[in-house]
Amino acid sequence: METTATREIGRKSTILQALEDQNTSFTFNDPLENDLILNMGPQHPATHGVLRLLVRLDGETVIGCVPEVGYLHRGYEKLAESSSYHEFIPHTDRLDYLSPLSNNVAYILAVEKLLGIEAPPRAQYLRTIITELARLSSHLLWLGSMAMDVGALTVFMWSFREREKLYDIFENLVGARFTTSHTRIGGLAHDMTPQAEGMIRTFIDDFPENLRECERLLNKNRIFVGRTDGIGVITREQAIDLGVTGPCLRACGVSHDLRRANPYLVYQQLEFDVPVYEGGDSLARYYVRMDEMKESRRMLVQLLEKIPQGSIHAFEPKKVLPKKERIYTRMEELIHDFMLINFGVDPPVGEIYHAVEAPKGELGFYFYSNGDGNPWRMKIRSPSFVNLQALPVLLQGSMISDIVAIIGSLDPVMGEADK
Amino acid sequence: MNQIVLQKLKAQFGDALLESHEFRGELTVVVAADRIVEVCRFLKTGEFRYDLLADLCGLDMYTPVKRFCVVYNLYSFQHRHRLRLKVFAEESHPHVPTVTMVWATANWHERETYDMFGILFDGHPDLRRIYMPDDFEHYPLRKDFPLMGIPGSLQLPKK
Repeated sequence: METTATREIGRKSTILQALEDQNTSFTFNDPLENDLILNMGPQHPATHGVLRLLVRLDGETVIGCVPEVGYLHRGYEKLAESSSYHEFIPHTDRLDYLSPLSNNVAYILAVEKLLGIEAPPRAQYLRTIITELARLSSHLLWLGSMAMDVGALTVFMWSFREREKLYDIFENLVGARFTTSHTRIGGLAHDMTPQAEGMIRTFIDDFPENLRECERLLNKNRIFVGRTDGIGVITREQAIDLGVTGPCLRACGVSHDLRRANPYLVYQQLEFDVPVYEGGDSLARYYVRMDEMKESRRMLVQLLEKIPQGSIHAFEPKKVLPKKERIYTRMEELIHDFMLINFGVDPPVGEIYHAVEAPKGELGFYFYSNGDGNPWRMKIRSPSFVNLQALPVLLQGSMISDIVAIIGSLDPVMGEADK
Repeated sequence: MNQIVLQKLKAQFGDALLESHEFRGELTVVVAADRIVEVCRFLKTGEFRYDLLADLCGLDMYTPVKRFCVVYNLYSFQHRHRLRLKVFAEESHPHVPTVTMVWATANWHERETYDMFGILFDGHPDLRRIYMPDDFEHYPLRKDFPLMGIPGSLQLPKK
């Protein structure tokens, strides 16, 4: 006889109540009614940050899941409302802390769209270079942690060796390894030194061979393929409905990449392919990201070839911070610096939304300006937050040991999901 | 593209569109709150196919009337076009119909908006706080919530 599992567990917390109110009630023929609610996280080493999952298990099978976020909520949107557009740049590093340069660029492009200014070509090229380097660094970390989640430790070491080289490049290029804050309104903090350019060239020369080494360990690895093939499946329709973007969407057979669909920076002048895989499982997401790294490398080669000489600051004295040595010697620059630091850039009244293709998906900034030096409202559309919402669909019916591997294949960063 | 979308919308929902403006090439359409689901469904399934709800967020205008605003940023894969819808709600009655049945992704976005602004989404399947603790009494992104927080509003663990 079929029985419906309804279980009273003393005083129910609101979360548990919500879990039971979801469509997680089920019928089964087991007279023992041995379902179990497992609390995983927020302090779990394999959830990639402070993500908490409530999973309902029938034996080892996941029959329901409620993700809980907010353990890293720092209120950046509130903070943005009381800081000027310049002051917020360092905070963008702390969103997706695995690719801070990409956040810097995304933020500054939105601010520049609001202000109606554009950085000169060399700055645009440099921004594209740092975005692609950030993508490589983010995907390499994902590769290492994903492989480690399914038990392959060597790939983790090898991909971190590559990341270390990238961090050395960032150190030379930006002046910081981790919290970069490299972009400025109308330009960048520094120009690229010849030494940094040489380092990037060496890196992209060696990169394909190093990536191939990792691929040789994984592509035909029976354990890796067995742990990812057909695991964590999401269909194309579900993915679009749930707002999934980035590599996870392209692994469902949707050829959507903002670099191609709505080109920004200099992507229009570059030759690259958008890797798309059918399947929507963890293996497809792996292939998409691996191919994306190769495409990023291909773009970097073209970028270094095409990068023009010239200024990296737009000539907009009332919007762009002047150089320090000029502030100390020129009256005009001193006045502009004083006004920009104390009152901020004054954008016109209006609202804009600008999104870029970050390593995790569509990273968008929505600004509502009332003409003041600080935004009236800033909203961060973070890809990790939206992608995590698809987790219950991905986990449905999978085994408990695959939970970690599925989270890994989704590649969330809680700093970004929690803002 | 903006003008085509606007004209189609005007033809379909004449009186439901309260105003519209364009800034930096982005079209914003203000829709009457009670017709938002209808408009969204038309935009998703109609010829424009805005099948991705890129973002949904709240906005506190801090005005005596029409204080709260919900902003929908839509994206159409087919036309590679963005459109922004806005809906206003009064402070005395901060209710807006949910669009979770049109785009499932609205679920967490609406929870976040409720958490931060206290805007209630009628018909939402699971409207509870997402970032702040369940027993938190305030709405942090409202303009009358101080930047430094309200002392004592967050229960800290006892020493």
